[in-house]
Amino acid sequence: MKLITAVIKPHRWEEVRGALETFGVTGMTVSEVSGYGRQKGHTEVYRGAEYDIALVPKIRIEIVVDASAADDVVAIIVKTAQTGRIGDGKVWVQQVDSVVRVRTGDRDEAAL
Amino acid sequence: MNTGDTAWVLASSALVLLMTPGLAFFYGGMVRSKSVLNMLMMNFVTIGIVSLLWVLYGFSVAFGNGKSGLWGGLDWAGMKHMTAVETTLNGSVYGIPLLVFAAFQLMFAVITPALISGAIADRAKFGAWMVFVVLWVTIVYFPVAHWVFDFGDKNGVGAGWLAHRGVLDFAGGTAVHVNAGAAGLALCLVLGKRIGWKKDPMRPHNLTLVMLGAGLLWFGWFGFNAGSALGANALAGQAFFTTMIATATAMLGWLAVERLRDGHFTSLGAASGAVAGLVAITPACAFVTPIGSVVLGLLAGAVCAMAVGLKWKLGFDDALDVVGVHLVGGALGAISLGFISNYSGTEGLFYGGSISVLGNQALAVLSVGGYSFIVAYILGKLIDMTMGFRITEEEEVEGIDLFAHAETGYDIHSAGTGAGALSSSIKQADAEARGVNA
Repeated sequence: MKLITAVIKPHRWEEVRGALETFGVTGMTVSEVSGYGRQKGHTEVYRGAEYDIALVPKIRIEIVVDASAADDVVAIIVKTAQTGRIGDGKVWVQQVDSVVRVRTGDRDEAAL
Repeated sequence: MNTGDTAWVLASSALVLLMTPGLAFFYGGMVRSKSVLNMLMMNFVTIGIVSLLWVLYGFSVAFGNGKSGLWGGLDWAGMKHMTAVETTLNGSVYGIPLLVFAAFQLMFAVITPALISGAIADRAKFGAWMVFVVLWVTIVYFPVAHWVFDFGDKNGVGAGWLAHRGVLDFAGGTAVHVNAGAAGLALCLVLGKRIGWKKDPMRPHNLTLVMLGAGLLWFGWFGFNAGSALGANALAGQAFFTTMIATATAMLGWLAVERLRDGHFTSLGAASGAVAGLVAITPACAFVTPIGSVVLGLLAGAVCAMAVGLKWKLGFDDALDVVGVHLVGGALGAISLGFISNYSGTEGLFYGGSISVLGNQALAVLSVGGYSFIVAYILGKLIDMTMGFRITEEEEVEGIDLFAHAETGYDIHSAGTGAGALSSSIKQADAEARGVNA
């Protein structure tokens, strides 16, 4: 099993979710996060004074999937979240040792 | 007694009172979320303190029947003269009860020290602020209100020394705005810069609150300016109209400077420009033509938009631009009358008047501003040396709300279901531990 974490632009979130649902991903955990990468935040101006705001808002998606589906899910996220401009985000994949469904006690693949 | 005049001044008094909460929101939205309550409280507490002092001796010092041009004396302390039915000060008889005049003027005495609080946002001990308000209104505001606003009895005896010279200040460009702005400059010098000034972003935490506050100020200001006619008459109508026009055009003036200089029309700029216009038209509202108010408004918006940059160049942390908006805007409005006043007998230079009008206006700005700055600086230093005026570094970094008031402005976490449930279960456990039924 694999844990896929994606950090994307907030305005791409609905597209990504739709594409993942179409593919068959049944659930995910989503959070509103702040961060920065190569774009190094942005500038805001208040009463003529410029402020460098280091953190920009992002959406973080976490999905646990069967190892065989991981590459497809990553490809879908990259394809739908991509705008080609700086700040599009990152996707990474980690090994997951075990999963338990709290309601039933099902383990691993049966719990996905 | 004139019931129409009395009704208007009563309504105006309520409008002016609303300006102080409006100012609190205007300022409160501009600070960081960790100090929003302290900002609101610095404003609200002046309502309490100044109202009390006004009854005890404030009204007497400002408008009492003493013969001095410097203060009104203490004959009316405790306001024991209130059997008088009509207001016979201000040089002539007005058709409003003296107690109504006192209520109206009280609201001015409340908002003037409240204006100062913006200069020392995020870092002043609350108790020290309360002591400062007591001392500053006693030594500065009450006497200065006498200098500018008291035209003496029917024969002009006991008029304030500036009023006696014929200084034009209809609703308080000098007595309120220059006065508060100069004190704000003094206090931010005494307290020093906030930790992280020029380094950390200290952007406004809630601009919607700033816009709401500016709207309330604009609304309340009709009472401030048009109410200062002390009657429901043509003078009030002129003040009302020029106030509206100058405020609208000042907003446009500020926005134009921002668009040209910074690239965007900002909401903070719109709110600030409106307030700058209100400040500048305050001394002038009954003395200029509608076109005069257009010129003054555009000028005030543009000049104040540039003046708020001074603190970055000169290095004083006037947190919410009390100097750039109130001192500069008030001085601009007062001095502009030397040019654009069309008031019969004291016309400005553009209307064939004499240079002495301009000289008088400048004298009023310099004397009120200079006196307020010096006294506020000394009071601030005395308070700092005795009880301390500034909170500790830890308190400032973690947020003054928690330390000064044991409260926080917002419970963001209960917006969802997760963390909100957590915090309420902690409250429950805490209440049970104290043996309280939650």
